[in-house]
Amino acid sequence: MSEYLIGKYNYWIYVVLMMIGFYAMMGKRNLVKKLIGMNIFQTAIILYYISIGVKKGGTLPVAMEGTLRAADYINPLPHVLMLTAIVVSVSTTGVALAVLLLIWRRYKSLEEDEILKSIR
Amino acid sequence: MIIQYENVIIKTICRLLIPFLQLYAIYVLMHGHYSPGGGFQGGVMMGASFILLVIAYGLEEARRRISIKTLTIYACLGLFIYSGTGACALLMGANYLDYGALPLPVAHVPKIRALGILSIEIGVFLGVMAIMICIFLAIASFDTEEKS
Amino acid sequence: MKIFGFLVALLTGGLLIYGIKDMPKWGDPNSPASLHVTPRYIEKTIEETATPDMVTSVLADYRGYDTLGETTVILTAGIACLLLLRRDNS
Repeated sequence: MSEYLIGKYNYWIYVVLMMIGFYAMMGKRNLVKKLIGMNIFQTAIILYYISIGVKKGGTLPVAMEGTLRAADYINPLPHVLMLTAIVVSVSTTGVALAVLLLIWRRYKSLEEDEILKSIR
Repeated sequence: MIIQYENVIIKTICRLLIPFLQLYAIYVLMHGHYSPGGGFQGGVMMGASFILLVIAYGLEEARRRISIKTLTIYACLGLFIYSGTGACALLMGANYLDYGALPLPVAHVPKIRALGILSIEIGVFLGVMAIMICIFLAIASFDTEEKS
Repeated sequence: MKIFGFLVALLTGGLLIYGIKDMPKWGDPNSPASLHVTPRYIEKTIEETATPDMVTSVLADYRGYDTLGETTVILTAGIACLLLLRRDNS
């Protein structure tokens, strides 16, 4: 039980952060707050993947002198994949902000229930 | 919709800081072989220097120095450099994006790979810098009088 | 809507925490993420690419296709943003 709680404590933190972002996407009524919740969710996923590649006693993935052994360096592969994830998150936020500006110009409000009321 | 306040301290400090920020961005790009960094990080920092200029001095200063038409040309040029390097390797008979076959006058094959990596990082740098400034200028000049 | 969202978030969090049991421990050198192809990337990076920084060599040389796709993604997002926010002079 203690190895479940203490040996894997990083997963608990990232699950809590993920659920905060998930609740913000569903429970808030302002559209900008939903967008910020999506950003929190994506950040939690990126941190979760990077924490998988840590090795005990390893150092940064920059090669030093001598022969290279795989146990001395932390895993560089999650870092590479998460660079792509960061770029995708920035692109999605940019396009979502542009769509929000168009919604504001057309409906003059950014609350979800007012927009739905003026559509029906 | 950026409101301008008269503030001498911010304008002076930004005027001193922006050239060093751009120089550091180019350093991060070039030193990506030996330390953490590379194309994406340098491109974002270069875009951030332009955004700092807009925040400190207003939208007119940035519009006077660069326009969105030039930025779209830079972005497409960046992607063109990236796939052009791959196509050069294809013309020499090897696979696509195989940097060992590029026609450079260097004897040692891993060094040619390192130069190929540098060339695609420059392409990624140009693309990311141009798109960061483009998105910011498009959102910031919403509902102003002139056509962006 | 807020109560419903809170309950769904709690339920999903509970299911994810139940799934933590199978994940590798913090700092485990034998986790499946570090076993199959990563030792080859770490050990051969200097003799194949002459680049001490492993993240750049994996990103740009061993996985160059993914970086090409990612640059296309950011270009497409910029073009979409520009197309949405144009104003015609009418």
